[in-house]
Amino acid sequence: MHTILAKKQLSPNVTRLDVLAPRIAEIKKPGQFVILRAREGDERIPLTIADADPTQGTIALVIQAVGKSTREIVAMEVCDAIRDISGPLGHPTELISSGRALCVGGGVGTAVVHPIAKALHAQGVQVTSVIGGRAKEWVIFEEELNRLGEVIVCTDDGSHGRKGFVTDAAKEVLEAGGIDVVYAVGPVPMMRAVANLTRPFGVHTIVSLNPVMVDGTGMCGGCRVDVGGETKFACVDGPEFDGHQVDFDLLADRLQTYREFEQRANACADGQCRIRR
Amino acid sequence: MSTISAKERMQIARQLMPEQEGLQRSGNFKEVNLGFSEQLAVLEAQRCLQCKDAKCIRGCPVQVNIPRFIQFITNGDLAGAAKSLASDNALPCISGRVCPQEEQCEGSCIRGAKGQPVAIGYLERFVADWALNQGSAAQEEAPAPTGKKVAVIGAGPAGLTAAGELAKKGHDVTIYEALHKPGGVLVYGIPEFRLPKKIVAAEVDRLTKAGVKIECNVVIGRTYTIPELQAQFDALFIANGAGLPVFMNVPGENFKGVYAANEYLTRVNLMEAYDAESANTPVLIGQRVAVVGGGNVAMDAVRTAKRLGAEKAMIVYRRTKEEMPARAEEIHHAAQEGVDFQLLVAPLEVVGDEKRWVTGLKCQRMELGEPDASGRRKPQPVAGSEFVLDCDVVVVAIGTKSNPLLTATCPELKLNKWGNIETDENGMTSLPGVFAGGDIVRGAATVILAMGDGKNAAQAIDRYLKTA
Ligand SMILES: Cc1cc2nc3c(=O)[nH]c(=O)nc-3n(C[C@H](O)[C@H](O)[C@H](O)COP(=O)(O)OP(=O)(O)OC[C@H]3O[C@@H](n4cnc5c(N)ncnc54)[C@H](O)[C@@H]3O)c2cc1C
Ligand SMILES: Cc1cc2nc3c(=O)[nH]c(=O)nc-3n(C[C@H](O)[C@H](O)[C@H](O)COP(=O)(O)OP(=O)(O)OC[C@H]3O[C@@H](n4cnc5c(N)ncnc54)[C@H](O)[C@@H]3O)c2cc1C
Ligand code: FES
Repeated sequence: MHTILAKKQLSPNVTRLDVLAPRIAEIKKPGQFVILRAREGDERIPLTIADADPTQGTIALVIQAVGKSTREIVAMEVCDAIRDISGPLGHPTELISSGRALCVGGGVGTAVVHPIAKALHAQGVQVTSVIGGRAKEWVIFEEELNRLGEVIVCTDDGSHGRKGFVTDAAKEVLEAGGIDVVYAVGPVPMMRAVANLTRPFGVHTIVSLNPVMVDGTGMCGGCRVDVGGETKFACVDGPEFDGHQVDFDLLADRLQTYREFEQRANACADGQCRIRR
Repeated sequence: MSTISAKERMQIARQLMPEQEGLQRSGNFKEVNLGFSEQLAVLEAQRCLQCKDAKCIRGCPVQVNIPRFIQFITNGDLAGAAKSLASDNALPCISGRVCPQEEQCEGSCIRGAKGQPVAIGYLERFVADWALNQGSAAQEEAPAPTGKKVAVIGAGPAGLTAAGELAKKGHDVTIYEALHKPGGVLVYGIPEFRLPKKIVAAEVDRLTKAGVKIECNVVIGRTYTIPELQAQFDALFIANGAGLPVFMNVPGENFKGVYAANEYLTRVNLMEAYDAESANTPVLIGQRVAVVGGGNVAMDAVRTAKRLGAEKAMIVYRRTKEEMPARAEEIHHAAQEGVDFQLLVAPLEVVGDEKRWVTGLKCQRMELGEPDASGRRKPQPVAGSEFVLDCDVVVVAIGTKSNPLLTATCPELKLNKWGNIETDENGMTSLPGVFAGGDIVRGAATVILAMGDGKNAAQAIDRYLKTA
């Protein structure tokens, strides 16, 4: 059992939970994730380890409530416990040890980019972050990233930072030159756009993929993605890959597999379920 | 003591396993075989000729003394039968249900030469279930602790058996399991209708009562490494199975609606998607499901598809029924349940619509040519025989190979060219004190061989710990 020690709402639909998981807190590296099951009978849900405090023995999970399972998890309170947490899973981020990095985060992806930026900064890499959200209240981790280097905030409605997409700001940073590597995490269309943007600049671009997962150990093959024409299992071969090689269409497509089921589960959770078989 | 003559024995016909009727059962996930009554068991036991040179024992991968436990049944001494069986086989409730008996004990039974072999598997199951229902009647006395610590990696049949044997010898055993529930293939792969989960749970319960610690959600190679475990334990037993699914490598294999059997079965079994009412994990319910392969995994997948509501559940196999590696009973049960066998058919491509949902499987017909290295006649394509099999779900069940997750993080561990761990005759790997067994050593094999490895390794570990 993994007790929730702290809970904080970061944006209208993003919540941070600090959860007791001492072993994972002790050894996790940036880019790694856990798979958790909140209660007996629940789905197994992959979530990135957004931060860790080894002295307290906690890991931070930053969760966007998008469907039934994530909504149930963010509804849990301090002192509640998560039944199963397995990890740390996946390969750690491939970090450069000097030079300049551009970190691009969209929505909850900013929480995934933050530990990468932190690790890069610790190695002496100069970090520029471009982060985005729908509007001011949706922007997360701005303060934390500010401590690591320059941050450019973009909002769709211009209510905070610049108006526009993260790709517009990222383009200007790339044009100014000197970027050795780009890390981009966010919704699939955003990662695809960033990869397309950086390609002509010839800048190595790492993206973190979020296919549907079950076991997280390479046993089921459900998380398969196409990278450079080869099938890879994101849970063990990734989750980070060379963005210029990823087949984003396939990823977006496979994420639709359970659409109908998800909508039904969501409707049931809202108490509007009329389907009883 | 029964006084039945050899002639009388010979006249008793093999007793049939009572089972749920075919069409009724293809709509539920309850166990198909209902088990012998005591009366049927005694009758069947009397068929055994009590051979002095019992070929069945040699046919058994773990050399269960079959005539001995059967004699106890004949005498009506079920407790004696249970004790006899338990001394040879740690998990008889399981092997009685899933062993390929026709290739092992029953395949060697002398009565099979002229007629039907003794139903050894059904008798084994009968005795084991009887013992399970009696509960832990005779609590064995706790052994004196040796003070030695052993880590077991993986809670499949190999790991569970080894842990039980090691605990009996007084060692302090911890099992590390990657998933949230112990059992390995027994809980995520083999469906409820063949192996009820409560049986695995009862076994696990027995182990924990015997002092074995089971830590789930620990992925060795990630949460801890082998060297870290070596530093904390006196010996290790690696039994992480052969869980990496093999795909066909044909176009369209990543379309929506294509599953590896492992994913399909894990969703339905471990994640309980079979219970559409309350399941939180989804699985696609196909109307027409094509399962590629001819082994136990393929049979489990196709029968699962039927139970989930498929109108048509099909096996697509490139040879004939005779060459199928599945247990004879599974093929028979699948046919009874209305599974359609597309034989001498090989898939070429998965066909999909514009949204990349599966709509069919493009196949070609095959014919059998000369025997290949395995002695089986090699299937060859029939020119111009391509056709599309309409289906909305495809399940690929053409095998698994060793998962490199653990071994990749321990380069000192010697592997063979297929990535399986190499061991000596004691089950010890290239690292002293690190033993391995089950599918990670053998490649995808059987439950009974995994259990046999677990038992042998436990004995070897015990010897090692005494000298170390
Ligand atoms: C390696 C990895 C790291 C992730 N890290 C984070 C994170 O730090 N924070 C966060 O909020 N989310 C993260 N996700 C995504 C998160 O796992 C899904 O949002 C969650 O599983 C959705 O479950 P649900 O029942 O709430 O929603 P559903 O109603 O099931 O689905 C809503 C949406 O999520 C997608 N989805 C469904 N199941 C999964 C699944 N098992 N894996 C991935 N996507 C799925 C669906 O395609 C759909 O678009 C990560 C995913 C992966 C693979
Ligand atoms: C669907 C299906 C049906 C089958 N039917 C039959 C049958 O009827 N008869 C028969 O004899 N055989 C059958 N088999 C084969 C049989 O199940 C296997 O040979 C047997 O389970 C192997 O046992 P094992 O203990 O070596 O491994 P497994 O049962 O595979 O168990 C390995 C365990 O290790 C865990 N693990 C993996 N990696 C790690 C890690 N890094 N750290 C920690 N834990 C880890 C896994 O999660 C798993 O629980 C079937 C197999 C399948 C898939
Ligand atoms: S999640 Fe099952 S193989 Fe990756």
